This record gives sequence, structure tokens and C-alpha cells, in this order.
Amino acid sequence: MIRFENLTKKYGSHLALDDISLEIKQGEFVFIVGPSGAGKSTLLRILTREAFPSSGKALVGNMDVAKLKNGEIPNLRRKVGMVFQDFKLLDDKTVFENVALALEVLGKSDEEISKSVEHILKLVEIWDKRNLFPRQLSGGEAQRTAIARAVVGKPDVLLADEPTGDLDPKTAWGVIQLLNEINSWGTTILMATHNQEIVNTLKKRVIVLKIGKITKDSKEGKYE
Amino acid sequence: MSRALSYVKRNIRRTPFQTIAASMVMFLTFFALLTFLILALGSQAALRYFESKPQVITFFKEGTTTQDIDTIQNALKGESRVIGTKYVSKEEALQIYREKNKSDPALLELVTANILPASLEISTKDPQDLQPIADILKKEPVVSEVIVPEDVVQTLTSVTRIIRIVGGATVGFLLVFATLVVVMIIGFKIRLRRGEIEIMRLLGASPSFIRNPFILEGTFYGVFGAVAAWILSYTLLWYFTPFLQGYLGEVKLLPVNPLVMLTLLGASLALALIVGGLGSMAAVRRYLKI
Repeated sequence: MIRFENLTKKYGSHLALDDISLEIKQGEFVFIVGPSGAGKSTLLRILTREAFPSSGKALVGNMDVAKLKNGEIPNLRRKVGMVFQDFKLLDDKTVFENVALALEVLGKSDEEISKSVEHILKLVEIWDKRNLFPRQLSGGEAQRTAIARAVVGKPDVLLADEPTGDLDPKTAWGVIQLLNEINSWGTTILMATHNQEIVNTLKKRVIVLKIGKITKDSKEGKYE
Repeated sequence: MSRALSYVKRNIRRTPFQTIAASMVMFLTFFALLTFLILALGSQAALRYFESKPQVITFFKEGTTTQDIDTIQNALKGESRVIGTKYVSKEEALQIYREKNKSDPALLELVTANILPASLEISTKDPQDLQPIADILKKEPVVSEVIVPEDVVQTLTSVTRIIRIVGGATVGFLLVFATLVVVMIIGFKIRLRRGEIEIMRLLGASPSFIRNPFILEGTFYGVFGAVAAWILSYTLLWYFTPFLQGYLGEVKLLPVNPLVMLTLLGASLALALIVGGLGSMAAVRRYLKI
């Protein structure tokens, strides 16, 4: 599903990722852990072509991310959903409209959008908040909205960059359970975090990054 | 397309002041364009009218006999440049005067047939023949005055030229100005919606999905301005037609043929699409990095 082959990313003279090679199978739930500045976010950003690898390959399915032409990038991003620590919701749109936007860009009809958004908002348990604006939501509700927006278009992969970073432990668990459920539908999930408790409780594959290098890759791993 | 249109509607609703500014600039530009075009077309038509009716009017002295006039008329008939002559007697001149001034009884009271001179209207094949014919007539002892409309043609030719030059320069300047205003306003709106654009990109929106609403918005301003300007100019023209008809006299320019006005609308719309489209495309190219 996802493969990195000798991937290196430099920002000027700073080496953000150093010769990364790894493979993630379809349907896996993988934690990418490590201290701040380890290269977790860069790794995820390369998968959406927000960042461009300096050398090596990053493959999503059969798409070589680095070789994609500008016109092909939207296709990649439709396969790869993304959730952010700061939610990135649009303040002037309601919960419903924020989620609907993901389907509007795919060119879906109003009827399809209405049906799919209702379905996903009920799944993430914020249907009753559909007419509220982001500023009227709690952190957990905002992140659920962001997750709903990321998965409503049924992407193959969901990238989550510190999705629980701004949330209290109880709310964070709610979000993780939701991601776990989405993973059970067959969606591959890559989650960058440094929340030890969550990683150690869930017992999923853990990839540890330090100064741009993979120092550990273990199935049912731990974050120590 | 319907999605793009709904985005345009929303953008317009959310930034009403920019929308009003852009629409007003477009309106002024197209109003100036239509005004100059109507003036140019009118003066061109008037010019054609005078050119198509080359006429010398000869007024006779008091006491000129019909025999004298017949002699002149017969001599003119022998001229190959002359295509026709028409004698207007004192009585007919009075009738014409009465008809022209029927709304002003004071002017009618004082005038009798005696004080109006008899005249002869001579038509030539070509406007260039007017002056030589006038020169011949001036030599006749019974002729008191000869009027050559060549001056009118010359004046109209220069007026038409001035309208074209001034109109062209003004409209050209306004078109550039309007295009730049569209660039500025669409650029501002792109910056205003930077966050939303960024999220759309991450959600997999195609470049055209992001660009099209901005391009459509620019063309909307152009089309709105052109249509509003056309409606106002047509209304003004229609309103002032009775007054202008009296002023123009025999020159039948009014009422303006609706087909001419529809052609002007079509031309304005085509230009509006170009100005609005080019302005918004330039803004998208400059400010929207996808």
C-alpha cells in the first residue's frame, strides 16, 4: 500500500529524513512516534505531496509521489485523507458544510453529499452538532468533524498528524477509538504522535523516528 | 459548473463592498464605451445623410422673376454634375417656416411670404461638385446668397474623428483600469480565502475546481457592468429621443433601430467577457498558487 525506498528529505542543510525505507500494508494501523523534530510530520507531508522528497521514492499504491505531475496530485489526495492537530476546519462553515466540502471537491451531487455527510456524522457521533460552527465545538467534537471530513470521501489511507495533541486524555481516547473503528473498515492509518499511553495501550505497529532515521519498527510495539 | 456558480454567489454575498466597487467600475467603463459608440454611430449616420444629399441652396434677390429662375434652372439642367433642381417659392418657404415654428405663435405672427426669399435647391451627384456649382451660381446677378453644406460635412467629419479618438482613448484607458480593478479585487478575494483554498487542495480539489469560481466571478462583474450600462444608455436614448428628433430635423437618426442596440449589447457582452475573464485569469495566475 505505502512504500518508502531510501527516502531522504533535506530542508536546506537540515536533514529531516535520512534514508528511510519501509512498507505499510493495506489495512494496517501504524504509529509513527518520536520526539519533536524527528521527521514524523515530514514523512506524512511527503505522502500528500505537500513536501517533495530530496531523493528516494515514496509510493502510495502504484503512484510514485515524487513523479506525479501537478494535475495528478488531486488524485493522490483523494486516496489519502489527512487529520491535523489544529483540525484545520473552516470557521465560516458549519460542521455539515465542513464535511460536505470534501465531497464537493470530488464533484458529488447535492443528494449524494447530503446522504454521505449524514451517514458519517452519525458514525462519528456529532450529527446533533451539524449546524454548529467550529468555534462552538469542543476540541473532541472539532477533531471528530475533521476526521469525518477526512474519511467521508472513503480514502484508502488516513494520515493523522498528532490528532490528540490538543485534547484532554478522555477526549483523546474517544478520537483514538474512532480512528480504530475507521481502521476496522479497512482504511490504512498512519498516525504521528508522542502520546505514549495511547501507543502502548493500542498495541499496534510502532515505527520510531529519531533525527530523521528509523530506530525501531515493531509489530505490537511500544513507545518507551 | 453549478457548484462553481454557487461558490461565486457565496463569494459575492460575503464581500459586498468589493463586489459593488468592481461592478461600478465595469458599469462606468461600459457606459462610457456605449456613449461613445452611440455618438460615433450617430455622427457617422449624420455624415452619411449629408453626403448622400449633396445640395446647394441658392436664395434669390427681391424682384427676381420666374423667367430669371427658369433661365438658371435650364442652364443647370445642362450641367452633367447636377442631378436635380427644386424651386421653393416665397409661399412654399412660408409654409416650411410655419411648419417648423408651429409651436411658437410669436414667430409666426411677424413673418409673411414677402420677407422670405425664393430659393432653388440643387442636388449634385457628388459632394465634391457642390463648390464648383456654388461658384457658378454666385456669379448670377439675381442670386443673393448660396449655401453649401460642405462645411457641415467637414464639421461632422472632424467631430466624428474627434469622437473616435477621444472615445477610443477614454474607453481604452477605462478598459485597462477595469481589468486592473478586477485583478486587484479577485486577488484580494483569493488572499481572503487562502485557508479554504489550502484545505480544498488537501482534500483533492482539482486546480480548475479552485480556479473556476474566481474566473466566473470576474466575468460576472464584466457582464453585470455591460448589461447595466446598456440598459441605462438605451433608457436615456429612448427618453431623450423626442427632444433630439426636433434638434436633428431632417436627419432621421432616431429612434435608434433596436437591432443596432442589440448589436451593441452583444459587442459589450463579448468585451465584458474578455475584460472580466482576462482580469480574473491574471489574478488567478498571479495570486493562486495551486
